[in-house]
Amino acid sequence: MKHHLILKVITKFMVGVIVLFGLYVQFHGDYSPGGGFQAGVIIAAAFILYGIVMGLENVQKVMPIWFAQKAAAVGVLVYALTGVFSIIFGFEFLNYHAISPEHPKHGQHYGIILVELGVGITVTFVMIAIYYSFAGRTPRLDDKEW
Amino acid sequence: MVLVTIAIMALTLKHLFAVIMLSGAFSLVSAMLFVVMDAVDVAFTEAAVGAGVSTVLMLATMALTVRVQKETKRPIILPLVVVCLVGVLLIYGTLDMPNFGAFDSPAQLHLGSTYLSITYKDMGIPNVVTGILASYRGYDTLGETVVVLTAGLGVILLLSGLKGRKDKE
Repeated sequence: MKHHLILKVITKFMVGVIVLFGLYVQFHGDYSPGGGFQAGVIIAAAFILYGIVMGLENVQKVMPIWFAQKAAAVGVLVYALTGVFSIIFGFEFLNYHAISPEHPKHGQHYGIILVELGVGITVTFVMIAIYYSFAGRTPRLDDKEW
Repeated sequence: MVLVTIAIMALTLKHLFAVIMLSGAFSLVSAMLFVVMDAVDVAFTEAAVGAGVSTVLMLATMALTVRVQKETKRPIILPLVVVCLVGVLLIYGTLDMPNFGAFDSPAQLHLGSTYLSITYKDMGIPNVVTGILASYRGYDTLGETVVVLTAGLGVILLLSGLKGRKDKE
């Protein structure tokens, strides 16, 4: 896709908007539809779009393969450590009251945000890593072949 | 009706690029169906995963193989009978289900209404889906996240493992 100027300009504009929308879905998930799973896929879609239009090498400069693969595990770690945190403070595993015992509602709120963040990180980077491993095996296509 | 049309078109076409695009359109239409049925969270996921990411992955897979499906030589009567039989059984199964939105359906009577009434009291957030997903059913969601990670690891190991072996030879 060397000469698709319009696609490239629109992509550069859209990637920011898509990531912003993904972050909105992520952090507004307890008030509006959405949450970690959806936000992760939306943010990953922004990177995949960039990769399709600009080429795999360019998107891997922004998001290297090793980073995507390691960060996918960090998400699960964030989720699980939230649970361990509440064990340390004498509550059950994943009982968010531990985060703020005098305000259980606030504790629930923060807990949900943390947990959704973990889900979001994992889903984003797993999707990107899967896309990399598929697209990395593909021989570069000429425009004629489509 | 639109879904059926898209499905039949995807079955009859031989050009795989068109089939993949049609499956993306199928996902998008079913996402609209979910919106009509007020399941916005599910619609969101269907539109992003079904129509977006999986279409891209299918395209990447197609780029590795051929573009046109081979003609099948085998007779199609037995599969057709099996498919029709399963379809009839599934439709027969839906006859027992309560009507959509019926107030006396089991989904409204037992746990569902409890969650609806206590979520706001417990955590002060209006989105009950998120409340159930992340708090009441936190263990399940942790498991789901691990499943996503495991699936990703499986794909990475499978595909990059093959590549490494080829490099060595």
